[in-house]
Amino acid sequence: MDLQYTPEQNQLRESVERFVREEYDFAHRRKLVASDSGYDERCWHSYAEFGWLAVPFSEDDGGIGGDATDTGIVMEGIGRGLLLEPYLANVVLAGGMLSALGSAGQKAQWLQPMMVGAHKLALAYAEPASRYELAHCETTARREGNGYRIDGRKSYVHGGGAADFHVVVARTSGESSDCAGLTALVVDAKAPGLEVRPYATHDGSRAADLVFEGLRVESSRRLGEEGAAYPALELAIDQAIAAIASEAVGAMSTLVDMTLDYLKTRQQFGRPIGTNQALQHRMVDMYIALDEARSMALYGALMLGEADAAVRRKALSATKIEIDRTARRVGQEAVQLHGAMGVTEELAVGHYFKRLSMIGVTFGDMSWHLQRHAQA
Amino acid sequence: MDLNLSPDERAFEAEVRAFIARELPRDIREKVRLDRHLEREDYMRWQKILGRKGWFTGTWPREHGGQAWSAMQTIIFNRIAGEMHCPELQVFGPAMVGPVIYTVGTPEQKAEHLPAIRDSSVWWCQGYSEPGAGSDLAALQTAAEDGGDHYIVNGQKIWTSFAHHADWMFCLVRTGREAKRQQGISFLLIDMKTPGVEVQPIRMMDGRHYLNAVFFDNAKVPKRNRIGEEGRGWTYAKFLLEHERVENANLRFITQELQKLRRVASEVRIDGRRLADDPSFMADVSAVEVQFKALEIGLLRTLSDMHAGAPAGPGKSSFIKIRGTEIAQRITELLVQASGPDALRYQPGPLFGHNDDALIGPAHALGPVATYLFCRAMTIYGGSTEVQKNIMAKHALGL
Repeated sequence: MDLQYTPEQNQLRESVERFVREEYDFAHRRKLVASDSGYDERCWHSYAEFGWLAVPFSEDDGGIGGDATDTGIVMEGIGRGLLLEPYLANVVLAGGMLSALGSAGQKAQWLQPMMVGAHKLALAYAEPASRYELAHCETTARREGNGYRIDGRKSYVHGGGAADFHVVVARTSGESSDCAGLTALVVDAKAPGLEVRPYATHDGSRAADLVFEGLRVESSRRLGEEGAAYPALELAIDQAIAAIASEAVGAMSTLVDMTLDYLKTRQQFGRPIGTNQALQHRMVDMYIALDEARSMALYGALMLGEADAAVRRKALSATKIEIDRTARRVGQEAVQLHGAMGVTEELAVGHYFKRLSMIGVTFGDMSWHLQRHAQA
Repeated sequence: MDLNLSPDERAFEAEVRAFIARELPRDIREKVRLDRHLEREDYMRWQKILGRKGWFTGTWPREHGGQAWSAMQTIIFNRIAGEMHCPELQVFGPAMVGPVIYTVGTPEQKAEHLPAIRDSSVWWCQGYSEPGAGSDLAALQTAAEDGGDHYIVNGQKIWTSFAHHADWMFCLVRTGREAKRQQGISFLLIDMKTPGVEVQPIRMMDGRHYLNAVFFDNAKVPKRNRIGEEGRGWTYAKFLLEHERVENANLRFITQELQKLRRVASEVRIDGRRLADDPSFMADVSAVEVQFKALEIGLLRTLSDMHAGAPAGPGKSSFIKIRGTEIAQRITELLVQASGPDALRYQPGPLFGHNDDALIGPAHALGPVATYLFCRAMTIYGGSTEVQKNIMAKHALGL
């Protein structure tokens, strides 16, 4: 048992934290939220230069051979500063599918250019009727000529507006809830037959819904075997759970810092409000929750390597359940302890709270994961 | 990073498992498994078996006859002890007064007490709380007056766990009236057979007797039974608290009760359907299970930090105590819920082991309410949750 970061990981941690501190202040973020794209293209290229976009990919695939704890370090920094660039969408979601299923040629065509910032990717798997069930897929890919014809709808595609290519999960066989029969295909964002409907989410990030009507894609754009994409999809979403768990830890740690600072400086009745025991104990609860979240984000990242998928599923559900519980506690308490300022647009607190709240309904909410945990 | 046990730790785990399987007396195991009341003799018999192996004081350094267990080994031992229905160990000797004696005791004190703690031939109790000194321990009033080569002790302790079983007590007494209350306190070892020491039982709401009031009426305690310097008892008591970290997590108890909860859920039928297949009940079980996982990983992180030479960080043992007790309490609630209406029957005969034949209803329903009631004390003893939060607010958050 060893739960210490390596010197290289500490370096990565410091460089991410420095970037967040020095290059990404809240005024800058505010401008980006209001901009057309919703993120900073210059920052994205910096991430590519720093190697952050290549972190979890093997050296054979052109990556730097990091593991999920390394991705967690980057994601924690993203959470700490509430960074808006589509890291999760590119590196963890679409990148996860390509690295699990893609051939060497497909990785060279789509994964490696992403790592250097040459183009962007997104993963389209969820649908209007799927809620959190990964196997639920009504979008079809029917054999046609030497390729497929895709029809259907995809929802909440993270980073979907910015993507140049979508990894689309579509059904090539079976009923709409079967695990078997799902196939992953890479499609051009500008291909005829695809309509991208981008929107902002409550936390200031961007997503899109996609409508496919007779989109044609060649067989060479299929990732892996036909009908066999489900295990890779499940793994990619488990990886995404570990990643947003670390992001939540980063966001919670900022809220704990801000709230503690506020308790020490805000004066009422002639003394700092932090001298009130009622508030001290709530602050302690937040502090404990943050530490528990940190434990579970780490646990989730470490359990991603587990070979038994049932054990892995249970562990990642445990992570998500605890992240949601602690994020709710820390987010709500941070708002409450900031008083009226906590509910304003002006203060960063509300923006962190919004991100944490949206994490709660991403990749399975608490009830969904409690059931998956109990069944595993 | 990795969460896996080292080959040595895995070997230790196998050794613990094999030892318990071989050595834990069947009657004791069944009492623990079925929530029956344990007698003094039950605890002592098991602790003596462990003592012969050197495992009752496994965490002690080798120079004092221990096994120099790492914190990880302690965790492994507790976890398996919980899985295999071992009794709770009485930690007052091995985890509390023992380390104080081997750290600051005289050679005579070490020679007299350490062997008897190691082999569990002596039962220790802790004389800290008083009627006027609960959370505010430094307010204690029990006085030790100078009588030459001895002290004359007068006063009262309360909430003393198992004082009625104990041979010796380690006790905080007031030897001075310094302005700073913590300065006038001394740490005494008191033979419970001393004339003038009287133990009175306090019955608890679960019907059992484990707490007591202890009265001192001109009890003569030799000065050679004082630990360290006069007036520095508070320092030693604080040192002792440092040794509670792993125990604070309640690993053995939580492991045991969670396992029981899963077993009961698979036995109980609702209209022919297993409770274990009820999604809403099992969601409650999962919710507490994952909180236990967070506690476990938090503990491992602390140990890993300490191993790497970093301090555990202020408030860590408070944090572990707060969560370890809350989680344990939650599981006891769920066990009552799992037993359902069968939990209603109060059956002291079987519960206290007097008349096992009289048991009405399923065996699993006998214990949960008593355990639930008993465990409400967890967030009160050893520094209540609120006191722990005060400590954390001050030392970890600077409030």
